[in-house]
Amino acid sequence: METLEIKEKEKATASIQNISGSQAVLEALVAENVDTIFGYPGGAIMPIYDSLYDYADKLKHILVRHEQGGIHAGQGYARSSGKVGVVFATSGPGATNLVTGLADAMIDSTPLVCITGQVFAHLLGTDAFQEVDVINITTPVTKWNYQVTDATEIPGVLAKAFYIAATGRPGPVLIDITKNAQLQKFDYEGYKKCDHIRSYRPKPIVRKKYVEEAAKLINEAKRPFVIFGQGIILGKAEKEFKAFIEKGGLPAAWTILGLSALETDHPLNVGMLGMHGNYGPNVLTNECDVLIAVGMRFDDRVTGRLDKYAKQAKVIHLDIDPAEIDKNVKATVPVWGDCKETLPMLTKLIEKKNHKDWISKFHEHIRKEAEVVIKDELNPTGEVLTMGEVIKVLNELTDGNAIIVTDVGQHQMVTCRYAKFNQSKSNITSGGAGTMGFALPAAIGAKYGAPERTVVAIIGDGGFQMTLQELGTIMQFDVDVKIIILNNQFLGMVRQWQQLFHEKRYSFVDITSPDYIQLAKAYKIEGRSICKREHLKNALNTMLTHKGSYLLEVMVGKENNVFPMVPQGRGVAEIILSKEEL
Amino acid sequence: MSKENNGIENLDITTPPGGHVVVDKSGKLEFTITVYTENQVGLLSRIAIMFSRRKINVESLNTSPSEIENIHRFTIVINEYEDVVRKLCRQIEKQVEVLKVYYNTNDELVWQEVALYKVPTGIIADIVKVERLLRQFGARVIAITKDYTIFETTGHREETDRLIKVFGQFGLIEFVRSARVAIIKDSSGFHEKLRQFEAREPGEDVIENEYLNQQDHIFTM
Repeated sequence: METLEIKEKEKATASIQNISGSQAVLEALVAENVDTIFGYPGGAIMPIYDSLYDYADKLKHILVRHEQGGIHAGQGYARSSGKVGVVFATSGPGATNLVTGLADAMIDSTPLVCITGQVFAHLLGTDAFQEVDVINITTPVTKWNYQVTDATEIPGVLAKAFYIAATGRPGPVLIDITKNAQLQKFDYEGYKKCDHIRSYRPKPIVRKKYVEEAAKLINEAKRPFVIFGQGIILGKAEKEFKAFIEKGGLPAAWTILGLSALETDHPLNVGMLGMHGNYGPNVLTNECDVLIAVGMRFDDRVTGRLDKYAKQAKVIHLDIDPAEIDKNVKATVPVWGDCKETLPMLTKLIEKKNHKDWISKFHEHIRKEAEVVIKDELNPTGEVLTMGEVIKVLNELTDGNAIIVTDVGQHQMVTCRYAKFNQSKSNITSGGAGTMGFALPAAIGAKYGAPERTVVAIIGDGGFQMTLQELGTIMQFDVDVKIIILNNQFLGMVRQWQQLFHEKRYSFVDITSPDYIQLAKAYKIEGRSICKREHLKNALNTMLTHKGSYLLEVMVGKENNVFPMVPQGRGVAEIILSKEEL
Repeated sequence: MSKENNGIENLDITTPPGGHVVVDKSGKLEFTITVYTENQVGLLSRIAIMFSRRKINVESLNTSPSEIENIHRFTIVINEYEDVVRKLCRQIEKQVEVLKVYYNTNDELVWQEVALYKVPTGIIADIVKVERLLRQFGARVIAITKDYTIFETTGHREETDRLIKVFGQFGLIEFVRSARVAIIKDSSGFHEKLRQFEAREPGEDVIENEYLNQQDHIFTM
């Protein structure tokens, strides 16, 4: 009774302020513990930027050089911090420049709240200046989106936005706010975080029966094999996952977004899955008797030809998203739910085993791959530098503790194959969408998400030229990002395919680069270009110990290829170690 | 065997049901998808995109309020393989504002379509034995002018199609057919759930753009 009275009193004395919609936006961000916003102002979001002037002590705003840079920075921030990334853009072209990043965040399950300005509500549909139907454009690439035309909606809608972006299978949310709603004054009664939406069930109910069935299958298995994805990182279930595989003695391989969920050197970590993954995990996918997929979505880059994928295996699929179950690979036992909950349930029921003979089969394949591929990639005898040896030296110098952000292409595959990680949320890359230009802005965001950590962006000469204007952001905000350009003077991955599948018809993959060091200098960033092995370690060391950002260009072999490789249209067990096997 | 789209038990559905099932030349079945949703601006587009992205042609789409205030109901007819439909329904159900999705074959539903036929009054009055026609097809006259008469009939597509042929001989001026409306024979359970749901958590009112007609009164930059 007493408590009730106190609550009533509090309610009665709660001050109702008359504030603008744009102030309400910023109040919401403060209440959601947002510390950094990436954005670019413009006419239709000007009221929000005007209010932001008064919130400078609470909200840091990073002015990017292009809205695409803003959203990739938001993604990098979200991936390194585990929090929701926040992005501002104006209407029309500002908003449409977010679309690539939204698609990327959608497929890689990255939590984002993007706030776009929109023309006045009475102008909607009139082809007004910088009016674009951003809601309909972004519908397929957002988890949820909403257009606000009245300021009173703002607190409730933003609370929903943060809740939807961060819960269940995370994803990007876009809130489009008309200019009149930003300017409109209304009686603000405070911000209430959202913890429930009636038509939204972020987590499916875990069904004990299926956990028991899964445990039974694992206990009976002679050749169990775990494949894990980003679900473990998103679910903050790294400890639970490790306990699970260690008790069951289960060999585990990762998708590129799952990379860093388990330490690279863990004895049960058997490597990378998929098109450029390790030989053993790919071949043995078709030899295991129970395949346990945890928080991963059977992407076609992982499965190769579906009709040749793990046909012999009983499949246990743990996923928070019911729509992923049976989408590509039919599950024998589906375990719906958050793996933070389901993994301990499963661990409790499985028997302690070591599967020594079975795990040794992975090691046999690792030896074979080391002989044919890895040895030459990491310890080349030729004059020309390889991408792999750059990563190897980087591993030695960072001791596996850096956050590594990669762009898309050969360097991405090489980095994901050879980089070593000791802690989670260390590998940031564009997995599902394969967005070139991702890495430079994402690295900026990653540094703001984890300021205490070293952030190294590894980028190809092609991808770097797509968003290199973000060097300006690095310059202005003094962001400490180490940038390595692995320059092979080609759009390397396309060239590799042209070499292997198009009779070496190198159609428009020969790309000329500017003088990156001069370019960096123009942005007041120190840099160096190397092409000799004897300079590699020293150059990387200089880069890592340099105070502030640094750009290192490494000239690598022009026609080096990434192997192993599952050629398109083939099964995972048909992975090849060299072009001679094609 | 009405199929929900949120149950583990549905994972093992393999045998398409028999009965009055429509199978097209490629072996696809006619499925009716029933979607219960919040009443929200933009949701129609979000759901329509789910089909167009997969290049699935929607045969008919009806959206209307359901028996529960604030909850809308989409009835969507497509020809597809069951596996595709099941996956599609899961993706639709994933949408934040979607409450529930069912998919059914025709034998699991009671369904109707309304058809209107505009024909020249003179010809009809002179030649056609209207009374017989109306009895035979269960049609009703809903408007008569000196120029034309409008008939209405309700039924399955093949039934409404038959009347087109008849009127075709007598100068059919215009014809229109509605989207399918369908009731799942076996969905009483969800109706109850919906009622409890709405009583427990009333839906929000739709917010539309109230400023659209104020163009002349607002100064803009």
